Amino acid sequence: MAEYSAFSILKNAISGNRDWKPAWRKPDPKPSYDVVVIGGGGHGLSTAYYLAKEHGITNVAVVEKGYLGSGNVGRNTTIVRSNYLLPENIRFYEHSMKLWENLSHDLNYNVMFSQRGILNLAHTPGQFDDYARRGNAMRHEGGDAELLYPDQIARLYPGLDVSPKARFPVVGGLLQPRAGTARHDAVAWGYARGADRRGVDILENCEVIGFLREGDRIVGVQTTRGDIRARKVAVAAAGSTGRVLKLAGIDNLPIESHVLQAFVSESLKPILPGVITWGGGHLYVSQSDKGGLVFGGDLDGYNTYAQRGNLPLVEEVMSELLAMFPGFAKVRLLRSWGGVMDMSMDGSPIITTGPLPGMYLNCGWCYGGFKATPASGWLFAWTIAKNAPHEINAPFTLDRFHRGILIDEKGQGATPKLH
Amino acid sequence: MLITCPYCGPRDVSEFSYQGDGNRTRPDPASTDQAAWNAYVYDRINTAGDHKEIWQHSGGCRSHLAVTRSTLTHKISHVAFARGGLASVRPAGRDHGDHA
Repeated sequence: MAEYSAFSILKNAISGNRDWKPAWRKPDPKPSYDVVVIGGGGHGLSTAYYLAKEHGITNVAVVEKGYLGSGNVGRNTTIVRSNYLLPENIRFYEHSMKLWENLSHDLNYNVMFSQRGILNLAHTPGQFDDYARRGNAMRHEGGDAELLYPDQIARLYPGLDVSPKARFPVVGGLLQPRAGTARHDAVAWGYARGADRRGVDILENCEVIGFLREGDRIVGVQTTRGDIRARKVAVAAAGSTGRVLKLAGIDNLPIESHVLQAFVSESLKPILPGVITWGGGHLYVSQSDKGGLVFGGDLDGYNTYAQRGNLPLVEEVMSELLAMFPGFAKVRLLRSWGGVMDMSMDGSPIITTGPLPGMYLNCGWCYGGFKATPASGWLFAWTIAKNAPHEINAPFTLDRFHRGILIDEKGQGATPKLH
Repeated sequence: MLITCPYCGPRDVSEFSYQGDGNRTRPDPASTDQAAWNAYVYDRINTAGDHKEIWQHSGGCRSHLAVTRSTLTHKISHVAFARGGLASVRPAGRDHGDHA
């Protein structure tokens, strides 16, 4: 019987809710594991979950320097989508979307995945043509996309001014109906519980401070809770990737760490039926199930590992939101925060074996980490278990930059702050 | 963040444009060393701590500046004109780190 079900809720209610087990244990580190995953965020936890579920590798530890959910898995704007142009990205994010669609059942944990659609607004004919091209590319690879005209958009978003008199007139938009949002904390907790129940040790407040080596080979990690040996060490540290790999003597990576700020407003009655993005600049907004507007825009635009940004970007994001919805001018902001993004040189991720023997690397998520969580873990687990990439993540190598086979979705080149 | 432009004095970060990592050295333009060019274009040391970087005072005197700024705290310890290369980085005189 599933741990969470209508019956179990009733049964536990009758017994005064005294018999619920913690969602995951708090074990002490064992001296050695088959696999140690560095990073207890969404990607690290899903990697451990799929290692256990898909590959039967259960002697696994996930080491996390803080508490579960303290990093980017709890800092994103919860958007899930797969509206990419390049074939490598469409295949990857479609794989992720299919895992999302069954995730609550798979985990027996309600991640509140809501396929409310994402609408990208176009404000120029050129942008509209570009969206048509992207939509065709998505459909060609088996995804879903619909090109909408202003009258169709007005029916979806009654609060949006689609008249030619608007400050930034809406020419049209690209809708991906299967996109949506999910509750990000539940994703972390669901994967953690699923991994834990299969035997994975989740070690919180356990920061990696060095690597154990035998010659070139990585044979474990030194942590604040002692040395842990491992046959395989998998790094899924997102914004901290550079800091972790420096401990292994790797000083250069095609990665810069930048801060991305996010915002949530006070609760409003339902006004935004889905996720909507503004094409006049860079802004994305949706409404949470509690009613708050959840939104964000560009990076602050300079290297940083601090999980906070500065005010000029706050002003820019607010002005973009109001350019799209002037009616939100009197809505009060509730909270804002920052997360550290591992911005790669082509805007696409890295999921690979290496770069040292015994090591596996998962990084370069830019803005795209949350929606990638299931596929990232699924493919990283495959790569770790089989010592070789799956065909979907085979293009996402570390050496593609030096080999000239970049996957540059936006065509921005090696300027990470622009991806 | 406030950046102390050696010409204009302390100004808000919104007046400046970030030009990126200042730790990179461009190979000799005549060089055909592919590995060196690839490393210059794609590899970053991504420092956690004091980071050498280039900013332009694009909303002011338009000087290019060599700035040393902590990527952990945003505290700026050095600002100098970038001309002459990063070797010429010198103290800015005043520390505006408290405003970071």
